[in-house]
Amino acid sequence: MNVGVITFPGSNCDADARYAATLMLQNNGLDGVVYQLWHKDAELPDAIDLIIIPGGFSYGDYLRTGAIARFSPIMEAVAGFAANGGHVLGICNGFQILCEAGLLPGALVRNANLRFVCKDVFLETTSHKSIFTRGIPQNQSPLRIPVAHGEGRFIASDEELDTMEANGQIAFRYVTQTGEPTPDANPNGSMRNIAGITNEQGNVLGMMPHPERAADPKLGYFDGLLIFNSFASLLPSNTLLTKSQEQYAE
Amino acid sequence: MKFYKAYVTIRLRSSILDVQGKTIEHALQALRMPSLSNVRLGKHIELDVHAPDAETARTQVQDACNKLLANPVMEDYEITLTETTHQVPA
Repeated sequence: MNVGVITFPGSNCDADARYAATLMLQNNGLDGVVYQLWHKDAELPDAIDLIIIPGGFSYGDYLRTGAIARFSPIMEAVAGFAANGGHVLGICNGFQILCEAGLLPGALVRNANLRFVCKDVFLETTSHKSIFTRGIPQNQSPLRIPVAHGEGRFIASDEELDTMEANGQIAFRYVTQTGEPTPDANPNGSMRNIAGITNEQGNVLGMMPHPERAADPKLGYFDGLLIFNSFASLLPSNTLLTKSQEQYAE
Repeated sequence: MKFYKAYVTIRLRSSILDVQGKTIEHALQALRMPSLSNVRLGKHIELDVHAPDAETARTQVQDACNKLLANPVMEDYEITLTETTHQVPA
């Protein structure tokens, strides 16, 4: 399995994302390459299984978060990749870029309390529809994963939210440690406590929390790795094609 | 061809809570200015347009607003256009 992590000017979570992708490969006994992709690349490497758009402050968040990054040459390649069913994970600023690019519905605006929020939050896996969530064990809830953002309040029209709920596009919601979606559990005032969504097909996931920052067991908790593992364990055909020789021997 | 100066005002749609506007409003109240209310914070963008007529100029700025300057999912915009006799120096 091959993973590409895009670096924009101002990305600051790209190294962590590559590290988490490497852990994902190791954890699932998969061979593969984790590429660092540059925003000026007009094409993606061959045989890419997952594109990660990492967090940060691409182009200084000028105009609106993600508004300029969306026009990077590589984003056209990513849009084509996603349209063909390719898997894309946007984290934090990556989520904002995906919304600006129209690959995900809705938009992300200034946190309701106007503060930059940097802390651990608890997430309910609201929909197990997508490849990123289907493999998360049902008893692993809520997930503990950190957020770090100033503009993470998810908004969309009520009709759009209803449609997304009906389609199972709400991947994650902010909840309390006991699993209640209360206003207190919501760090930014997102509508319906939404922390992460997928597109209708489920192959594009955007989320404000940082799973890559909770992926290494050395940190004491690694709920973020469950999202990466869900993807790695469920990716069709590729799993068989790229499992290491040792695993075939077993 | 004529030269126009376009002034674009962009703000959050009225259905979306403008938390910055609210905060400014609270500060005005703290300054004992109770007659001021409904603060909305937006962006102001100025640009020069080179076009055969005002209608074309407006269409071009609208196109820019829809594609880049504003995010129609969350923002509204207003365009004011004035003809200038020559290109305004940067």
